Amino acid sequence: MKKFISIKSIPAYLPIVNIDTDMIIPKQFLKTIKRTGLGKNLFFELRYDDKGNKIEDFILNQKPYDNSKILITGKNFGCGSSREHAPWALLDFGITCVISSSYADIFYNNCFKNGILPIILEEEKIKELSEYSHRKEEISVDLNEQKIVYGNNEAKFDIDPFKKKCLLEGLDDIALSLEKSDKITSFEKNLKNNKPWIFND
Amino acid sequence: MPYTLYDKIWNEHLVYQQEDGTSLLFVDRHLIHEVTSPQAFEGLRNSNRNVRQPSLTLAVADHNVPTTDRSKGIDDKESKIQVDTLEANCKQFGIKLFGMNDKRQGIVHIIGPEQGFTQPGTVIVCGDSHTATHGAFGSLAFGIGTSEVEHVLATQTLVQKKAKNFRINVNGKLPLGVTSKDVILQIIGKIGTAGGTGCVIEYSGSLISSLSVEQRMTICNMTIEGGARAGLIEPDKKIFDYLKDKPMSPKKENWEKALNNWKNLKSDRDAKFDKEISLEGKEILPMVTWGTSPQDVITIEGKVPNPNNEKDTDRKNSIERSLKYMGLKPDTAAKDIKIDKVFIGSCTNGRIEDLREAAKILKNKTKASHVEAMVVPGSGLVKQQAEQEGLDKIFISSGFEWREPGCSMCLAMNADKLKPEERCASTSNRNFEGRQGRGGRTHLVSPGMAAAAAISGNLDDVRKYQN
Repeated sequence: MKKFISIKSIPAYLPIVNIDTDMIIPKQFLKTIKRTGLGKNLFFELRYDDKGNKIEDFILNQKPYDNSKILITGKNFGCGSSREHAPWALLDFGITCVISSSYADIFYNNCFKNGILPIILEEEKIKELSEYSHRKEEISVDLNEQKIVYGNNEAKFDIDPFKKKCLLEGLDDIALSLEKSDKITSFEKNLKNNKPWIFND
Repeated sequence: MPYTLYDKIWNEHLVYQQEDGTSLLFVDRHLIHEVTSPQAFEGLRNSNRNVRQPSLTLAVADHNVPTTDRSKGIDDKESKIQVDTLEANCKQFGIKLFGMNDKRQGIVHIIGPEQGFTQPGTVIVCGDSHTATHGAFGSLAFGIGTSEVEHVLATQTLVQKKAKNFRINVNGKLPLGVTSKDVILQIIGKIGTAGGTGCVIEYSGSLISSLSVEQRMTICNMTIEGGARAGLIEPDKKIFDYLKDKPMSPKKENWEKALNNWKNLKSDRDAKFDKEISLEGKEILPMVTWGTSPQDVITIEGKVPNPNNEKDTDRKNSIERSLKYMGLKPDTAAKDIKIDKVFIGSCTNGRIEDLREAAKILKNKTKASHVEAMVVPGSGLVKQQAEQEGLDKIFISSGFEWREPGCSMCLAMNADKLKPEERCASTSNRNFEGRQGRGGRTHLVSPGMAAAAAISGNLDDVRKYQN
């Protein structure tokens, strides 16, 4: 996984609440067997009309937001299905940081598996940050310091220390879990004794 | 210390607890399907890893399969590649698969219980958010992403952080014509789509206990629509009777051992819940959704909301956006909403009891002439059972199409979808923009309500057609 340490970008502001994963990447693009190539279809129905032409009003179709690495959005972002295609599409488009006041649990977890930092911030701060999007000014995000710097201001954010470590170091959490292989083996042994029906023995 | 059912299952599955509070949790049952697994298998191959416990994973193709004649295979090239990839991956790693032409094939959350793969007290995961369904059996069941699917395949564990305990009590009796679908829609309307975020919900109370196993599955299934990853119900005799003699249920002395264990699966009387709400059955009416979020619910006697009555700006904007998408005027009565299509099926309402409920309303009646309607049984076995009971004949003679099992128009990945601006009464679980097809307009309802809508040609009160 690619590391996330810090980024600087003009943020794109998408002020819609409850953006679901169907909206982030509709089902017709879930037929892929790859993780890449989904960026062009990110927010497909908001981004393209029925004929496949770009909808100019949509923020990610406008300059400079078509190059934004940071997406600021309404609460409960990523609700709905568990499809990891949603963070894959964001990543493929170039967005590696999302800022919202809340996320759906599965989407939130999926971000960390893909080097995307989802920041939780109170609504007031989000309003302040959205001004920087309107003014097309850069903001910067520093994961190690857990802060967003905008103009002369900064906003601190909370993050789970394990998730932070994985992002900073780009750790493969399967490798980390496999280091506990002995513990898994002894758990399985006990399970076979105590609940033999689990293994259908 | 008193524990909740969730606490108990969690504690029993702890392989290792790290200092930072994250834990390695053992996974007893893993379900996979063609859409969210190919990249996980690719990941295993790229890092030379194997599947740790192939016998604890069960695979089925459901999201992307045609519901029409399957004898000639799948027309859609990409869909075919995905289904073929699942088959090849299962073969390579030794995982049991119900192929598209196996009569046991069906929606992953329907076949798990049907086969007895789903069992009380287990941790069950699947790369699908509606995994919550299996919580009806008193298991901790939740949806995961593809990276986590890969993690489970490689380690038979998941890295998790403990969620909060949220109890929802539903007491009393369900009025005539009201179903568990109406109960869960009402709950989501009450708590909102983020109301359960960070929580595991336990449903309890006399009304919940009175529900059949399948009705309980409908409630747990839509828990994710209230933001909680898992919803569960204390298992009881109905659950044990349901599982007895299922193909993958414990046998002989293991059955007795399992039963002794399962009987203890309940929250301690004085267990602490972080959140708790209560509902009364008698206050629940047949529900419909009017908007583009499952929390946008009204009763069939109600009216679509008016954004001008809303003070919260976010909420007001959201109502305006939904009304525009849905092509509805504020204050329209639910019963005045004319529909074009009816879909009966999905992991929410595609089981035999759901089909019986709809067929009971449709018997000796025909659908309105302008309505197109279809039934997609949840599995091959549900289809077979329905045909034995003659339900297919009732559906067909009332003007419905009788299809092959799969996810179908619940998410419209296959050919079954709405055209722009088409309006559908659907027994599925999500009414998001574009969910059932670009520009399609979804109203979530119970199977009986879907049948009533088909007959009337508009959203209607199922109680009108109760005999």
